[in-house]
Amino acid sequence: MNILAIDTSNYVMGVAVLKEGAVAGEYVTNIKKNHSIRLMPAIDQVMKETGTKPEDLDRIAVAHGPGSYTGVRIGLTTAKTMAWSLGIPVVGVSSLEAVARQGAFFPGYVCPFFDARRGLVYTGLYRADMTIEKAEQNILMKDWLNQLKDLGEPILFLSQDLKVHEEQIKDILGEQAVLPNAPYQYARPSIIASSAQELEPGPLHELVPNYLRLPEAEAKWLEQQEKK
Amino acid sequence: MKENQYVLAIETSCDETAVAIVKNETELVTNIVASQIESHKRFGGVVPEIASRHHIEQMTITLEEALSDAGMTLDDMDAITVTEGPGLVGALLVGVNAAKSIAFSKDKPLVGVHHIAGHIYANRLEKEFEFPLLSLVVSGGHTELVLMREHGSFEIIGETRDDAAGEAYDKVARTLKLPYPGGPQIDRLAQEGEETIDFPRAWLEDGSYDFSFSGLKSAVINRLHKAKQRDEYLKPEDVAASFQASVVDVLSTKAYRAAEEYGVKQMIVAGGVAANKGLRAALKEKFKDSETELLIPPLHLCTDNAAMIAAAGAVAFNQGHRAGWDLNANPGLDLELYGSRKHNSK
Ligand SMILES: [Zn+2]
Repeated sequence: MNILAIDTSNYVMGVAVLKEGAVAGEYVTNIKKNHSIRLMPAIDQVMKETGTKPEDLDRIAVAHGPGSYTGVRIGLTTAKTMAWSLGIPVVGVSSLEAVARQGAFFPGYVCPFFDARRGLVYTGLYRADMTIEKAEQNILMKDWLNQLKDLGEPILFLSQDLKVHEEQIKDILGEQAVLPNAPYQYARPSIIASSAQELEPGPLHELVPNYLRLPEAEAKWLEQQEKK
Repeated sequence: MKENQYVLAIETSCDETAVAIVKNETELVTNIVASQIESHKRFGGVVPEIASRHHIEQMTITLEEALSDAGMTLDDMDAITVTEGPGLVGALLVGVNAAKSIAFSKDKPLVGVHHIAGHIYANRLEKEFEFPLLSLVVSGGHTELVLMREHGSFEIIGETRDDAAGEAYDKVARTLKLPYPGGPQIDRLAQEGEETIDFPRAWLEDGSYDFSFSGLKSAVINRLHKAKQRDEYLKPEDVAASFQASVVDVLSTKAYRAAEEYGVKQMIVAGGVAANKGLRAALKEKFKDSETELLIPPLHLCTDNAAMIAAAGAVAFNQGHRAGWDLNANPGLDLELYGSRKHNSK
């Protein structure tokens, strides 16, 4: 199976081509800039250099969030529309799970997170075999860390936003927290491709971003409806 | 141009997810529009983040509907065109990236299109252009007089200095507590009312084809405020009729003067406000004895749609315009610059 994987859901822009399970090519940048301009040229380059034509693809994989709303949509629009044009399935992989898989061999829990401003994070908790211990959510980091403390086991934190929350993590979890260095902190598109290989594709039109959060206007509107 | 040329277009600049196919530049094959208006109604206007969310949900569904309605496949298409700007950036991004994905996957030429060029070219699906022509572009975001001396060339001879006409409609509608979208509501009320209040007309300096609607908008709001303080009842129908009379008077008079000065063969009305009954009637009256032919598109081509993008995109494509894989959403895309860019690549 030939898979093209796309991730523009956060700072990282990643494109990978997996051929019969082997990584044929991978392109990663770690600058949250111009994903819309740079994505298709990157796909073009990786495809060309790995000698892959669009019609050689059997499946497209994409990180479907959470992350930057716009970033998630750029990747997902591209993945869905390419798959639709080529008549092949598209598979969405959680952007958090993609990061968690960087810690797949850690003896303990793996906690990927993305900063969501005002003390909030998008996060979830995974066991080493990548089964989900705590579902993905948008939560105050402080509350989340206190929940994790009760688990008593070592936890590997994977995040590009480690710096923002490092102090609080160490404060609450102390020795229980393991903080690796930079190359482990972000998702790799080849890992997204290999996860997608194992998944059963759903209906193409129904694949939508996993924002984990309502738009502000809608949240406010719902609040007002409740008051009425 | 080969015998039969088909161009597919995507338009997602605001709150409509639209896909269309046009044949040989001027024949409409299919025109599918998935409107989000119901979803935005509760907020009293378009919420950009919600618009973007709907676009990504609707994009591939709308594409599929267009192809199945046309009984065609992507292989039949000669070019993929898309609204590049202006518009809401998050909304535009969905269309632009979808168009790039189709073009890349199916190895098709890609063309970026200016939204207003699209509104103007909507008319060419009804009637062949004769140059020079003038277009009065009136929508929620635009009020412009555009001179075209030939295909793909756009010269703005007048534009609004503050609010667009459609914006003034929306604000006045909100003051009158009319539901969103306010423009059609005012137009409907105005048909039932009479011009009893003498609102100002902003003619600006002699010979200028620019517009200004913020003074008028304030005048309407002040008048309503005063009436409330005095416990005086103003019929909303009459307020709407008086407001609309001022807008269409200025628009139709300036359009007529410009048409005379530039000796144009056609006067084309474009944009969402072209659906306005009051404006249509005023223009018909002004141009009834004129040498200039007045063209007003049917309603389904006035509001945002992709057929107009296909019509403008097909011309750009045949003039040799091509976009690269780095095509981006351009929320502030300039019409004149867009036109000159196309000419350079000829
Ligand atoms: Zn428009």
